[in-house]
Amino acid sequence: MLRLTNIYKLFNPGTVDEKTALASINLQLNPGDFVTVIGSNGAGKSTLMNVISGAIQPDMGEVVIDGRDVTRMPEFQRSAYIGRVFQDPMAGTAPRMTIEENLAMAYKRGQSRGLRIGVTRRKRDMFREQLSRLGIGLENRLRAKVGLLSGGERQALSLLMATFTNPRILLLDEHTAALDPARADLITRLTETIVREQRLTTLMVTHNMEQAIRLGNRLIMMDKGRIILDIDPEKKKTLTVERLLGEFEQISGHKLSDDRIVLG
Amino acid sequence: MFGSLWNSMPGAVELGLLYALMALGVYITFRILDFPDLTVDGSFTTGGAIAAVMITAGYSPWLATAAAFAGGLAAGALTGLLHAKGKINGLLSGILMMIALYSINLRILGRPNVSLLGAETIFPPVGRDQKWLLLLVIAVVIVVIKLLLDAFLKTDLGLALRATGDNAKMIGSFGANTDTTKIIGVSLSNGFVALSGALIAQQGGFADISMGVGMIVIGLASVIIGEALFGAKTVFRATLAVVLGSIVYRIVVALALRVDWLESSDVKLITALIVIIALVVPTTSRSWTMRKLAHKRSRELAGSEAGR
Repeated sequence: MLRLTNIYKLFNPGTVDEKTALASINLQLNPGDFVTVIGSNGAGKSTLMNVISGAIQPDMGEVVIDGRDVTRMPEFQRSAYIGRVFQDPMAGTAPRMTIEENLAMAYKRGQSRGLRIGVTRRKRDMFREQLSRLGIGLENRLRAKVGLLSGGERQALSLLMATFTNPRILLLDEHTAALDPARADLITRLTETIVREQRLTTLMVTHNMEQAIRLGNRLIMMDKGRIILDIDPEKKKTLTVERLLGEFEQISGHKLSDDRIVLG
Repeated sequence: MFGSLWNSMPGAVELGLLYALMALGVYITFRILDFPDLTVDGSFTTGGAIAAVMITAGYSPWLATAAAFAGGLAAGALTGLLHAKGKINGLLSGILMMIALYSINLRILGRPNVSLLGAETIFPPVGRDQKWLLLLVIAVVIVVIKLLLDAFLKTDLGLALRATGDNAKMIGSFGANTDTTKIIGVSLSNGFVALSGALIAQQGGFADISMGVGMIVIGLASVIIGEALFGAKTVFRATLAVVLGSIVYRIVVALALRVDWLESSDVKLITALIVIIALVVPTTSRSWTMRKLAHKRSRELAGSEAGR
């Protein structure tokens, strides 16, 4: 479904600040894979997400989605295949527009946008049904401005908007990190349900070790721009936080350092 | 005094309605796209110039008006291209286009002003008693255009356009090309502005190279006055507020001109003052209210702690 081959990305090349953000990244996601990604600060997790989404272009290597080479395809075209939820709950929705208008824009993912009315009665019924899956009462507030929603509600809406059109790839970039524990828990549960029900091929960056182990069928660990560990489904079933941290230290030669890390 | 004031009202309302199209154009860039577009000062004149020159050359005034609209679309599209593809700062793109249009407008006009006296325009010559009827027809036409704009802003393309000004990253992640939506938005905006210029030239009986000077500020004044007086909760309300704001602005100007010690050349100064007041007062009064509220709440907290 997704194949990254020998990806390299440098920041500030040729200067004293040169930084290898990604180096010899090879990653293959099979249909239905749910891969969690952990790593230290500056390990290249966000850069990896941005290379896949097309927000930044790799200096070398290729990105293939569903058999199509998309390495040079601009982000807005590539987003036909990719649903994405950002860490910032404000980033995934348009605040001055209503819930139903936001959903109508998400519904048109990857299609040309013409002069047909965006929110039709038929679509509104469908939106109401989809929103009721979230179980937080948004289905009764279709005409409310999104800016009036709480951070948790906005992130739940972002998650629905990113997924309800069944994208080939779902990218979750620490999408629960900016929420309080109760809301984060809600979003995590929703993520789990949606990904399972729709069998979405998912890549999720997280700072929460427990979450990284519990969710998904594969786990990869990054350090200094490289993938240093790729834990397969069989091994992941018996994984614990202690073993994961031990494994990291052994391979990378230093402790997993991250001021935001949550052991769970 | 009051009799003549009353007599000046239909004229003020008529001007307000004709300038409302320009204000709607400014609303599209300033409020929807969040793009302060100064092309307006040039494209307003472009619209007036195209209409005046075509009408004096014998073309149908309706065709001339349509051509003026198209001219505005083209000018706006160029500003959009400079900004979106040329990566030039938005404010500067507009200024560059405004300066370029000054020369282009002179080329179109051929001389600093073109008179339409005696020429057939889209406004039929009417007697005193029919003035109100004409006003009503103009009002209906402007409202229809406003409703068409509302409908456009609810289409898939219109939603993408609004999201571009609201959260460009978000709409980009759903596959809309924000460069294209920006160009379309700025183009449409200047189409409205040029259309307004064409109507004003025909109503006033001339097109002049400097007829667009200060237009952006008048547009802003209309948008801001409208929003303050009539609210902008929905698209329908917001565009209605812009049209009404434009009318209120013209009435305020008509009243100001009746003050003895003001000259008609002071209008632009008054306009700038209106915009400044409308921009400063809400923010200042909001922070004032917040400070008072915080002080009151602190006193309450202090009081309840002392009582414990």
